Amino acid sequence: MQLSPQMFEPLQHDGTAAEELGRPALGYWQDVWHRLKQNKLAMAGLITIFLLAVMATIGPYLSGYSYDAQDLTRVNQAPNAAHWFGTDSLGRDLFTRVWYGARISLGIGIMTSVICLVVGVIYGGISGYLGGRVDEVMMRIVEILYSIPFLLYVILLMVYMGPGLGSIFTALGLVYWLNLARIVRGQVLVLKEQEYVLAARLLGASTMRILLRHLIPNTMGPIIVTMTLLIPEAIFTEAFLSFLGLGVSAPAASWGVLASDGLQGLRSYPWQLLFPAVFISITMLAFNFVGDGLRDALDPRMRK
Amino acid sequence: MIRYLLRRLFTMTVALWLIITITFAIAHSIPGGPFASEKKLPEAVKKNLEERYHLNDPLWKQYTDYLKNILHGDLGPSFKYEHQTVNSIIKSNFPVSATLGSLSICFSLVVGMLAGVISALRQNRWQDYLAMVLATLSFSVPSFILSGLLMYVFAYQLGWLPPAMWGTWQQAILPTLALSALPTAFIARLMRSSMLEVLQQDYLKTAKAKGLSEYAVIIRHAIRNAILPVVTYIGPLIATVLTGSFVVESIFAVPGLGRWFVQSVSNRDYTVILGVTVFYSAFLMLMNFLVDIAYSWIDPRIKLTDSKEV
Amino acid sequence: MSRKKKASLLLTALLSVFLVAGCGGGDKQSGEKSNAKEQIIRYNVCAEPETLDPAKATGLPEGTILAQMFDGLTRYNNKQEITPALAESWTISDDGLNYTFKLRDAKWNNGDPVTANDFVYSWLRALDPNTASEYAYQLFYIKGAEEFNSGKGSKEQVAVKAVDEKTLQVTLAAPAPQFLGLTAFQTLYPINPKVDQASPKWTTEVDKYVSNGPFKIVSWEHNQKIVMEKNPTYWDTNSVKLDKLEIYLIENTDTGFTMFQSGQIDIQDQVPVQEMASLKDSKDLKISPDVSVYFYRFNVTKKPMDNPKVRKALTLAIDRQSIVENVTKQGQKPAFAFVPFGFTDADGKDFRQNGGDFFKEDVTEAKKLLAEAGYPEGKGFPKLTLTYNNDQTHQKVAEAIQAMWKKNLGIDITLENVEWQIKLNKEDTLDFELVRAGWSPDYLDPMSFVDMFVTNGGNNDTGWGNKEYDALVKQANATGDPKVRMEAMHKAEKILMEELPVMPIFFYTNPNLIKPNLKDVIVPSFGLYADFKTAYVE
Repeated sequence: MQLSPQMFEPLQHDGTAAEELGRPALGYWQDVWHRLKQNKLAMAGLITIFLLAVMATIGPYLSGYSYDAQDLTRVNQAPNAAHWFGTDSLGRDLFTRVWYGARISLGIGIMTSVICLVVGVIYGGISGYLGGRVDEVMMRIVEILYSIPFLLYVILLMVYMGPGLGSIFTALGLVYWLNLARIVRGQVLVLKEQEYVLAARLLGASTMRILLRHLIPNTMGPIIVTMTLLIPEAIFTEAFLSFLGLGVSAPAASWGVLASDGLQGLRSYPWQLLFPAVFISITMLAFNFVGDGLRDALDPRMRK
Repeated sequence: MIRYLLRRLFTMTVALWLIITITFAIAHSIPGGPFASEKKLPEAVKKNLEERYHLNDPLWKQYTDYLKNILHGDLGPSFKYEHQTVNSIIKSNFPVSATLGSLSICFSLVVGMLAGVISALRQNRWQDYLAMVLATLSFSVPSFILSGLLMYVFAYQLGWLPPAMWGTWQQAILPTLALSALPTAFIARLMRSSMLEVLQQDYLKTAKAKGLSEYAVIIRHAIRNAILPVVTYIGPLIATVLTGSFVVESIFAVPGLGRWFVQSVSNRDYTVILGVTVFYSAFLMLMNFLVDIAYSWIDPRIKLTDSKEV
Repeated sequence: MSRKKKASLLLTALLSVFLVAGCGGGDKQSGEKSNAKEQIIRYNVCAEPETLDPAKATGLPEGTILAQMFDGLTRYNNKQEITPALAESWTISDDGLNYTFKLRDAKWNNGDPVTANDFVYSWLRALDPNTASEYAYQLFYIKGAEEFNSGKGSKEQVAVKAVDEKTLQVTLAAPAPQFLGLTAFQTLYPINPKVDQASPKWTTEVDKYVSNGPFKIVSWEHNQKIVMEKNPTYWDTNSVKLDKLEIYLIENTDTGFTMFQSGQIDIQDQVPVQEMASLKDSKDLKISPDVSVYFYRFNVTKKPMDNPKVRKALTLAIDRQSIVENVTKQGQKPAFAFVPFGFTDADGKDFRQNGGDFFKEDVTEAKKLLAEAGYPEGKGFPKLTLTYNNDQTHQKVAEAIQAMWKKNLGIDITLENVEWQIKLNKEDTLDFELVRAGWSPDYLDPMSFVDMFVTNGGNNDTGWGNKEYDALVKQANATGDPKVRMEAMHKAEKILMEELPVMPIFFYTNPNLIKPNLKDVIVPSFGLYADFKTAYVE
């Protein structure tokens, strides 16, 4: 007897019902939050991020100086009672500028990561899961985008879009999801051959559902590591873009710009590098702690 | 498998052609040119220059000529550096970048994997915290700041190492460190996270239960299964690092290929822009191809081909 | 410096364990000082030369490197005077058109004699359309030269002639007092015809390179360094005191600065701006004069800059002294005129000193002018954009001026930071409102500044034009009388500074990092970074 596809009838109910074996889906995020709360480092990270956000909001008003108020008679001053973080080469208050810069940098860092997360994960997931020709074409597209010189993109954007946040996100969004997409795709290539995926497929779960519910949670580790790297990369690329004229225009300055300005005066005025760099590092540590905590909390195998 | 290889070769060629076309189009559509200068050139002089470099040909002709030449392996002359051709630029600068890049890759792989594995095995103990805090710090210090700091501390303050230039092994140390910091940190974190995942898998518990020594379990099973994200990452990394970093090479005055990627764009040195881009992308695609091959070698379950082609 | 540095120190120390274990060998290299008796100078020219072909070289780094290897008909001395070099003497006809140079006995470093024909060959080569030299136009003063270069005339019609082995005769198309100075310039160097014919690529290969100047090239490692040795066949070799000259090609000036500080180079002509403060009282810093001007262009075809009162108000409402003292910090002079200091007037005095200042900063006056133009207290003034090319100094100057205009006039401007070539393109197409610019002369004469602003001039880039101005420039260019010429240029500058299509900000200086034991390095105010012909180490 010959077996043909016509002889089979797919299960008529959708995959959700079939998987209604475990606990209710509602409980998942509560569970994650519960486990995250128990992770002290992750909570410390969350609190730090919250504090940074608060300071970014109110910090620029605390010292009484505006971020662009110059005083050419008080340039390059070391931290003192009047200027808590000292002044820059145009006599502007670094405390105000650092917190003003936090708005730009935190915003850009987080926004870019989110954009790249969504695009990269979906793109990489589809490419890896479908495999074969689709994967082949999708990966070549990644390579094309990866290969065209970044500086060319940037100049093109500058000419046709002009400076501004839109251009920054376009420039960053064009290239920064590529690594993530490749990594997710690599993981999915492995995971899709595992038994539980086969099981889910047999139970009639849709491709999207398998991807989002089964494959991606299992690649959370590499995704979160890549994401946390994306934040500083975005912050510093923004500095580079600002230097080229695509970023926020002077006198507003982001952390990246403040740090690269500060680097130039390293020998004479180290605090000009120190303050932005320390806050970038603190931000990074905080995000990493949260990321690690999140990874553990999201890990399906850690559920008790 | 042969079919797969042929198909891959085909799509890679198409991608390469698209890269050339897009890069050519962007490079010629942005304002400026190789002979733009603050002092305007007289018309006659400009005409002579354009004639010499065929810049007065219609764009489509410049494009098809370029494609023809590239098929013969000729990437053209540099418009800006009179004594150089793109071929000679790659020939003399790539080995330097490749040397520096190989050192960095080796360093990143050895140190990064070691740190990642150790911190996964010692999760939430001081070794783990130390390694991860260090890794995070090197994320948050970009290469231009790190390079500056390294030079300032080791060359200027301590005077242990030469600050810059290329030729002796001492001169290779600081740029190697500057170039490795980020990949090392990234590999360490990737390795740690996937090790943690693998360590919880049932088959490792089984292996342990079978009585295999912890060492054997880790080497034979855990690392092999955890290495996949690292392999994915180092494919493009090798292509990128071996073709040179503009920042590190510029700060340490290393005569590598990295500067040409940036300088050619500022100079609108069209042939050099295209030449280094083609070189890089071919390299990148080759590396990604090797990575895909490595996947199936690491984990034989992985299939790259459509199931019907198997 | 505290946590940050320690953290990275710790990190690098940890990472170093693998590679650096016991690399004590490195410390000698950086600590080593040059032996006082050894006559060698290590100089960072801060760029890889684009070419070493005298006919094609355009940039300052190339010109500087070539100047160490070549002599032209003339050479500038340390007082910025033209002195005889390969030409022993010369005569200029009364109408300023005919130049006759008498050559001295000199040799190429392969032993061939330098003849008048070498000059003819070299100049015609530079003019040949097939050579496609960017600086061919430096020779356009010669009768028939432009025609030959543009394909309208023939080689034979170019009025440069070797009368005999030692006599060179040149006829100009119009009087051009700057021509004599140009003969010290790279495009007008002679080359050895035999070498050029035998191996046309001689300029790219060190072992085939033949020159006639104080030094000869020994090696060229791209992007690293060029090594030169004293040239024993140079006619004036007795004045050359150095045995060896190493020219470093390191582009990153901060890196160069660190190498200078750790004793690996002796002189660098670029000083990182941020280090100026710490170098202020150091013996390593030498600030030399420069004949360039830093200014902003107004686009006079756009409102409200079409109104001279607005331009004047903006020009008067900034504090130039504060900018040069607190922002640029290189001892620049505030500019209240367009032509810099350093040009000789007809009476032998300085052109700028004779001309004086054309305006005075005055906030009250500026406010009044702005009100007259219809913007009292800056009300209703459109938000202008100031464009500059990516550079930290330009940015800081722009930020300072932005703040000054806001404070003094109550107007807001936007800063726009663009890539160099995009800036050039914007200037070219008048696609800007205000744009930062700088200008250094092609030759040591005010004409190089004044002729920029003739109506529709190639380098005008403001949309401004004035018939009277054009007439004055024309008059200056046609006359052979230096007094009439200079007078016309003074008058032209006065018109320019009344109309103010450009806003001068400061006159540049030329700061150099130079070890105090280097003597007699010539640092010219234009054209070259440095000349080591007579330099020595003490």
